[in-house]
Amino acid sequence: MITLYDYDLSVNCYKQRLLMSLLDVDYESVPVDFFPGWEHKSEAFRKINPLGHIPVLVDGDYVLRDAHAILVYLAAKYDPSGRWYPTDDPELLGEVAQWMLFAEGTTNTASAARLHDNLGYEFDVDTLRAGAHRLFRVLDEHLWFREQEAGPDGPAWVAAAPHPTVADLAIFPDVMLSEEGGISRLDYPALRRWTDRVRRLDRFVLMPGIHPVSAERPGPGPMAAGRS
Amino acid sequence: MDASDQRCTDPTVLDLWHPLVAVSEMATDNVERTLLLGFEIMYGTDRDGTRFAVRVDEPDEALPVLDRHGYLWTSLGAPPADVFTIPETAEPDRRTLNAASIKVATSAPRAIENFLDMGHFPYVHTDYLGVEPHTEVAEYRVEIENDELWARDCFFYQPMAAASAVGGQLSEYTYRVPHPYCVMLYKSSPTDPSRSDVIGLFVQAMTQDTIRAHNFLSVIDETSSDTVLRRFQQIIFSQDKPILENQFPTRLPLDPRVETPIRADRSAIVYRRWLTELGLAYAVIPAG
Repeated sequence: MITLYDYDLSVNCYKQRLLMSLLDVDYESVPVDFFPGWEHKSEAFRKINPLGHIPVLVDGDYVLRDAHAILVYLAAKYDPSGRWYPTDDPELLGEVAQWMLFAEGTTNTASAARLHDNLGYEFDVDTLRAGAHRLFRVLDEHLWFREQEAGPDGPAWVAAAPHPTVADLAIFPDVMLSEEGGISRLDYPALRRWTDRVRRLDRFVLMPGIHPVSAERPGPGPMAAGRS
Repeated sequence: MDASDQRCTDPTVLDLWHPLVAVSEMATDNVERTLLLGFEIMYGTDRDGTRFAVRVDEPDEALPVLDRHGYLWTSLGAPPADVFTIPETAEPDRRTLNAASIKVATSAPRAIENFLDMGHFPYVHTDYLGVEPHTEVAEYRVEIENDELWARDCFFYQPMAAASAVGGQLSEYTYRVPHPYCVMLYKSSPTDPSRSDVIGLFVQAMTQDTIRAHNFLSVIDETSSDTVLRRFQQIIFSQDKPILENQFPTRLPLDPRVETPIRADRSAIVYRRWLTELGLAYAVIPAG
């Protein structure tokens, strides 16, 4: 049985819960009193992760820390389709790795701003927000081009594949919860369409602060749809 | 943070007691800063264990402080003798703790009103405090008694009413607003239905548009760890947060014609009227 040292309000823990739900993998969640208990900084928890952060995944005797590394492990091990972490396609895999590193950036800017705004972390929030906007602009433009490549029938994902990869999941909650860090997504329409697509995946699960997308696909737009 | 344009001049609010921090989260011999009503506040515990708070711009004038219900309270005006009482917390087998103090970009009265609203349970707290098709808010009573707002006979079907709940239940709620920025609810405890769990939201109005919400818990539950109790309340509150942050205007309009209420909003109608009667002006849009 897999054990996830988990905190409901953590984006990095949510990334694991989301992938395990999408892959239909059973696991046990062990809640960590991250806030206000700071349990992840306790001596006991540092025996599990000397860096004192979550998530940590334990699978049998195997212990792994760091959110994006855990996504790689889970997909490589538990996705028989080989799509979420496409090891047999070097070019696609390179792209996935590139966007996983990009996700370190969104986590350290957008999600850090959220920790500042929600929990009072003492960060330079203006710098974090500016950094997040810089990354969101790049991603929004990238996703717009991906939509053009994919055409009207093919949903566009972060990496150039007709299906999502772990790169989408690594970035998704940082973007989806950005407003909790004072980072508006108003100027990023392609980013908003992509978050809708992620939320429409089969077996998608929520985290507190992320609400379901409307069940129906939006119509072709206000001009064509008219008033009803 | 510069919040000087947010400084409160409303005597009704200045004279209230306001929560600053959970006492269990205060480090000894350490001074911390926070914002209250637009004023920067320093607070802490002296070496001899005495709590203190001061305005940063008036560091020589000690503010009154009280240690009540697990929080440090202060006032920037002439406060009443004490904070409202919560008699239940005296029961010896009760567990009283702070679930979390979370900052939200909203006004204090918006947070109170959201806490009073049952209508959103099935949509925002799906599978916890409500689930479709059980969406009806039955008629309930609201009264002002002894300068407090009480809402009684509130019934709602809840799939998972508390951390200790096993299966759904028809929960009975009593709401109590003993302070313009503090609200509590009493609901029958899943582990001892003859008594009530008490859940509170004590709001620290940092400015008119930003708050720190102190999530108070006093429950009868011998088995759940503190982590599990906190977890449940943090999930519920974090589901509300984006809703609160997207309400416009942020400050609560007190004019009854500005936002159209439905029957289920009776407690909100009475709450707004009560704030008007108190003459409260901070973090609201006063009626005409």
